[in-house]
Amino acid sequence: MCNHFEEKFKGLYKKDENDIYVIDQTFVKAMISCLKEKDGFHFLADITAVDYSKFNRPTPNRFAVIYILRDKEFKNVITLKTFIDDDDEDDLHVESICDIFFSANWAEREVWDQYGIKFINHPNLKRVLNHKEFEGHPLRKDYPITKGQLCTKTDDLMDEMIPLLEKKGYKSHSDLMFLNLGPAHPASHGTIRTFVALDGETIVSAVSEIGYLHRGFEKSCENHTYNQIIPYTDRLNYCSAILNNIAFSHTVEGMLNVTIPERAQFIRVIIGELSRIIDHLVCLAANLVDMGALTNYWYLYNPRENVYNLLSKLTGARLTNSYMRIGGVAHDFYDGFEEDLQGCIKAIEKGMGDTLKLIEHNRIFHDRTQNIGVVSAQDAINKGFTGPNLRASGVAYDLRKTNPYYFYDALEFDIAVGSVGDVYDRLMVRFEEIRQSISIINQSMKMLPKGDIIVNDRAIALPTKQNVYNNIEGLMNQFKLTMDGVQVPCGEYYSAIEAGNGELGFFIVSDGNGTPYKVKVRPPCFPAMSALPSMLEGGMIADSVLSLGSLNIIAGELDR
Amino acid sequence: MAVGAEAVFGDSIVTTKLDSAINWARESSMWPYVFGTACCAIEFMSVASSKYDISRFGAEVVRFSPRQADLMVVAGTISYKQAPILKRIYDQMTEPKWVISMGACACSGGFYDNYTTMQGIDSIIPVDVYVAGCPPRPEALLDALLEIQKQQKAEESITKDRIKKDFKGTLDV
Ligand code: SF4
Repeated sequence: MCNHFEEKFKGLYKKDENDIYVIDQTFVKAMISCLKEKDGFHFLADITAVDYSKFNRPTPNRFAVIYILRDKEFKNVITLKTFIDDDDEDDLHVESICDIFFSANWAEREVWDQYGIKFINHPNLKRVLNHKEFEGHPLRKDYPITKGQLCTKTDDLMDEMIPLLEKKGYKSHSDLMFLNLGPAHPASHGTIRTFVALDGETIVSAVSEIGYLHRGFEKSCENHTYNQIIPYTDRLNYCSAILNNIAFSHTVEGMLNVTIPERAQFIRVIIGELSRIIDHLVCLAANLVDMGALTNYWYLYNPRENVYNLLSKLTGARLTNSYMRIGGVAHDFYDGFEEDLQGCIKAIEKGMGDTLKLIEHNRIFHDRTQNIGVVSAQDAINKGFTGPNLRASGVAYDLRKTNPYYFYDALEFDIAVGSVGDVYDRLMVRFEEIRQSISIINQSMKMLPKGDIIVNDRAIALPTKQNVYNNIEGLMNQFKLTMDGVQVPCGEYYSAIEAGNGELGFFIVSDGNGTPYKVKVRPPCFPAMSALPSMLEGGMIADSVLSLGSLNIIAGELDR
Repeated sequence: MAVGAEAVFGDSIVTTKLDSAINWARESSMWPYVFGTACCAIEFMSVASSKYDISRFGAEVVRFSPRQADLMVVAGTISYKQAPILKRIYDQMTEPKWVISMGACACSGGFYDNYTTMQGIDSIIPVDVYVAGCPPRPEALLDALLEIQKQQKAEESITKDRIKKDFKGTLDV
């Protein structure tokens, strides 16, 4: 998988029991560059760090930085880990890889923000999630979880804007106009802020600021048992809560090395695809509103209500479903599920058909979307795009095909790809994906086997209520599992599924307890958002709203 | 037997108190500003769309400028980083104004009891109605709207100053 790397750096790395390459801090850049150039690992999925200070087994240093990369086929993942020399507590550092991967920029800023590890030669190492007045690094184990810090002022972002303008040759900026789009802006889709310098209506340069919805997901995870985390995952991408549930449970099940029953797998596929559809529906509806096509909002949003009805019958909640459990799903389908599902599909098809009739051959729609916010295939990979955004640029990467989980390899569906990578492609890819998802749901309903919906293992799944109320073993079992959580074997593990917005991965470190030692989400929005300013530059201000909308940035998973 | 103006003009006019007339007008056309940040904002989208249809209660004219709105719906988690912005937008709204705190997060921080989340927006701006739920169902938000209307009918008077002078939030200097 990485022959050149192994040959060139023989003896300089060690493979640990989790199949992670432990490398020396001095060679980080050389090694990653070799992996990229020689072995084709051209996609940086994520960078994160771990603070081992409370870990229950010895490690060489307190902090380690983790790099996760994917190869040309997107199939193989390689994880690198480097321990950070901590002779000088105040000067933890490692070399930045920003010039190898664009997507490393924000990822490294996040590590600095959360852990206080510096990246040498980083062009702009400043906080990204926490506010400017924040002191300390919250994901360090010695930072108390409830210690909030008041923020009194918003960053004016001029420290980033002025160098950008200087680079463009603007000595003074008296004839430019500065404008804040967000963080409380109707078209900013949540709490995203983009600060632009305008020359007339053209955007000269742009800076994005995020973190307004940073809710401390990762810190909260370190405080809860695995099943308790599931409700938190709902609120990452709240437009498709169930896909987040699946991604998290799937990772934990991977660590436990269990395979969930076939019926549960199919249920996950069906409900997961339904979630993907409603995720795309919101994205499309909001985008069309942004360009003034309000009618389509009702056409696309109302089918969501049908799905909400189905989901509330099935899970008890409309939006934040918490439908998954480690080892399976919470409830089986109810009587009459299939009719409801067909009803939903009909409504979705109708809404989509009506919308497409209005926009497909609509000159205004074409003019506003085609050749706007173009991202080439190579750029998209370098910037860490995944999901519909990457596919719109013509790269057929879909985890359901490259690394099929559940029964995706037995199901027939196509990957929709675009050719230009503009707003139009990103929207149209989503329309097509809705169609494909409907086909997946229909096929899976035909194949749906009978059987259990959760693994039959008392160390993972709660006993039946009958058992809990009628015998002491059942009661104790329930108590133990609820209080202590599912005991996950010691290890470090990354796994991802294809969520509505792309590769949604979880990197989990377990020390063998019922509470994770560390959880890191790889949210598909984060790299996409970091690429937004470069997409906007040179474009019109009115188009910036569409470029942002077409990336489908969901603040919940962006800021976590 | 009619007396006063009605005795003279008959059925052609209706007399009422100025307060009642103004309150009636206000309650039937609240203009909300939705400070939507997170999941609760998605539920607000449902409230505004055809099934729940907030226009049945006269509040469908969602304004995106705080200066044109008189009802603020805080839908979603407010982090410390977001707090100054919330405060600023609240200050930009003209009196009289009302605030609905939608969802557990806005009311109390919800289950985000951690270093980044404001433990309830009422430590920065005054709140009139709290809505429980994570997220609240659309009906619950409509109920909150009715509650505001009830308050307007019962308590408001043009002779009364609505500005909450004794409120002091953590961001007030
Ligand atoms: S109350 Fe619940 S649904 Fe609403 S913003 Fe908070 S976490 Fe999201």
